[in-house]
Amino acid sequence: MNQNRNLFFGLIMVGFSAATALLSVLWTPYDPLEINPDVSLAKPSWSHLLGTDVLGRDVLSNLLVGSRTTLITAFLVVIITMALGVTAGISTALLPKRVGRAAIYAIDIVLALPAVLFAIVLAAIYGPSTFTAVIAIGVATSAAVAQVTRREVTVILNSDYVVAARACNSSKTRIVLRHILPNIRASLFVQASGAAAIAILAESTLSYLGLGTTPPAPSWGRMLASSQQYLIIDPIVALWPGLAIIVTVLGFNLLGDGLRESLDPTLRKSRS
Amino acid sequence: MFFLLRTLPGDLASLKLGVDANPEALMQVRQEFGLDQSLVAQYIEWFSDAARGDLGVSMLTGADISQEILNKATVTLPLIGLASVLAILFAVPLGMYSALNFRNRRGIGVSAASQLGIAIPTFWVGVILITIFAVKFQILPSGGFPDEGWSSWANCLESLILPSTTLALGQGAILMRFARSATIDVIQQDFFRTARSTGLSRGQAIRIHGIRNAIVPVISVLGVQIATLIVGAIIVESVFSLPGIGQMLLQDVGIRDYTKVQGTVAATTAAVFFVSFLIDAIIALINPKARTSQ
Repeated sequence: MNQNRNLFFGLIMVGFSAATALLSVLWTPYDPLEINPDVSLAKPSWSHLLGTDVLGRDVLSNLLVGSRTTLITAFLVVIITMALGVTAGISTALLPKRVGRAAIYAIDIVLALPAVLFAIVLAAIYGPSTFTAVIAIGVATSAAVAQVTRREVTVILNSDYVVAARACNSSKTRIVLRHILPNIRASLFVQASGAAAIAILAESTLSYLGLGTTPPAPSWGRMLASSQQYLIIDPIVALWPGLAIIVTVLGFNLLGDGLRESLDPTLRKSRS
Repeated sequence: MFFLLRTLPGDLASLKLGVDANPEALMQVRQEFGLDQSLVAQYIEWFSDAARGDLGVSMLTGADISQEILNKATVTLPLIGLASVLAILFAVPLGMYSALNFRNRRGIGVSAASQLGIAIPTFWVGVILITIFAVKFQILPSGGFPDEGWSSWANCLESLILPSTTLALGQGAILMRFARSATIDVIQQDFFRTARSTGLSRGQAIRIHGIRNAIVPVISVLGVQIATLIVGAIIVESVFSLPGIGQMLLQDVGIRDYTKVQGTVAATTAAVFFVSFLIDAIIALINPKARTSQ
């Protein structure tokens, strides 16, 4: 019951964000960048469903396009994170002990480095952009994936069927493809989902600090930053991008929890 | 950390300080900062200075970096400390509450709230708190920090209330999940059942055996979280325009003061390592088991 609930709400929330992102490709109520001083900070109404910001830009249109920016960023980060993390995780488990240990230390060091701090440093060197943000977040979160993957792979490597496969003279590649990857697939989905949630939070944070998505591309973090200056006049504008971030992040977190519970049979039984 | 520190000097060499300056002036600046030496030599020199607490001077203003970090730390450290204390104070009881009620609606409600708390971006919490307490009711300042520093400590504390609450809410949500699962673990243990069977009430048993065991994972998570806490402080300082290390770092990134960014990041990373070391020591104090397993 519980597992279905997490999965169910997670899917709905993520689906909702994805749907709005898709919608923004086809249609937005207004041009999100169109400046219209006549309707500056308009209250929500039928012509502007969620009102307008200080430059008279339609908030709903910006939110829709912002969700596209956010999801694309998250997608790229997840690809980088998983590619780096899984490769590092599997190879540190397979490497001879001494080399492997050095690699584990390297992973631990990256693990201690928060994504946002890393992004700040990258932004200092190469200038802030979506690209630096994606790289920084991807590399920083991959350490956690690598650690979890390594742990799981080590367990699988010691299992009887891998020993048997070795005895049959299977190559390392074959063992990885036939035995390891299928067995950690479930956990990979869970981690990808978690990485997406982290990526969205980190991206919006960086955009808020002015180190992520560069203007004029609409982004939830920057919408919040600009609305903060007009809190006294119109606090409502600050509400929407925050809600959008929460729904998407919560969606991915729930999706991850739900996946874990439904893919891992041992968890299912221990739940009361 | 090595990787980071090495990439930074790498770009120092392609100096941006005197953009379009004439080559002789550039050379002179390079010599002054030792940039004409090899990267490794620069790195070794910088590192040996840094290990002795000397992070050099800012490329742009010439200010002593270590000194500036110490100055700004008078804002950032109280912020982080206050936030950690607040986070533990509300996360542990709530997590235990939700664990003890994990079958009924209130317990589930509390743990759902922590799920939500993890998903909420820190800066948004800050903005909402400003809207409520500074704009609407006007009982707390919306940001800033007294110029005279801690000599007017009441004002300082007042201006740290909202920022540290903001930081604590996000941290607390994470800590709460760990407090909850740790408590669930404890109440399923044999020693807990034995304690109950000796006639202790559930509440007494929790006070005597529960808290001590449940707080260990919480503190160790706090150790892992210290890095996120520092990032959180950067964000919160930016939301509330507090003149702390985080804000300084962002400004330096903006004006591309490499030596200062490098020094600040190095100091921060060192602080992270130091704190996680400290946390390990604290855990060993609380939990004798951790001592032997080392």
